[in-house]
Amino acid sequence: MDNRKSKTWSIVLTMGFTLGLVGISGMVLSDDDDYEDNDQWSQSRLDVAPVDNAFYKDECGSCHFPYQPGLLPARSWQRLMDGLEDHFAENAELEAADAEQLTIYLTENAADTSDYKRSRGISRSLAKNDAPLRISTTRYFKRKHHELPDRVVKDNPDVRSFSNCELCHTRAAQGSYNEHQVKIPGYADWDD
Amino acid sequence: MKTGNDVLRKGMFILLLAVPLASQASVVDEQLVSYQASGAGSFSAQKGEQLWRQEVVSEKDGHARSCTTCHGNDLRSAGKHAKTGKTIEPLSPAVNVERLSSAKKIRKWFKRNCKWTWGRECTSQEKGDLLSFIRQQ
Repeated sequence: MDNRKSKTWSIVLTMGFTLGLVGISGMVLSDDDDYEDNDQWSQSRLDVAPVDNAFYKDECGSCHFPYQPGLLPARSWQRLMDGLEDHFAENAELEAADAEQLTIYLTENAADTSDYKRSRGISRSLAKNDAPLRISTTRYFKRKHHELPDRVVKDNPDVRSFSNCELCHTRAAQGSYNEHQVKIPGYADWDD
Repeated sequence: MKTGNDVLRKGMFILLLAVPLASQASVVDEQLVSYQASGAGSFSAQKGEQLWRQEVVSEKDGHARSCTTCHGNDLRSAGKHAKTGKTIEPLSPAVNVERLSSAKKIRKWFKRNCKWTWGRECTSQEKGDLLSFIRQQ
């Protein structure tokens, strides 16, 4: 009877231990998102929440790629929306009510309120009061793009700037920035 | 021989074409009336064309800017954003029915683009002249 009981316990403990290991290794892997990309199980999971606001898509997306709100923290969006008169050297003024509506959408879905992996990564890479206006200046972004020389992006006439996400990230509009979906114009065989 | 069906089809076609054009016309006309209410005189498409090409040197980068910098010389063709390189669909309402169909958009883009191009807002007179030019393209 006692023997049987301890056998059952040892099975339970072994199972628990194994599950624990799987869990821990999952956590370790998911910490570096590019390993996670290789994992079939997580491949279907998006990197940032896709844009689901038609007004935002129309207003902001008529001039540039409609960056997902989850790519910057709320304090950045607030700062950006407060300075639309000089929006990266362009005038992007909006009527007050429209600006307010968009600010709400952006801040409520910002990186620091999202648990999508890129959002968390970006959020974590910033100092507490740091409110960058450019996604490309965040530490997270730089780490992910450090291997790219100027000729491939900045001096590439078909790309020109890191701000044109969708030119290389073929599924950027869907909120997926998986490196296996990258196709750099003029550098078909680029692989990092 | 023309059948009744053909006539009907043709009529429908003209009607379909006329509806967006009519709404553009009324939107533009309303704008023109409001510009006059705020002090503008009569409008001239010819003057509008001069304004369209008028260059102002930017205090920000020292380069001359005009409407054509981004929209190009031919309003029936697509333009290209001076900085981002993004395609700007033709401004001519004859080839792009969405143009001049929303008062809100007219207000928005006049405000932004006058400030960017000339460093100040356009006057009611200038907006009226420009609209009179653009609608004819």
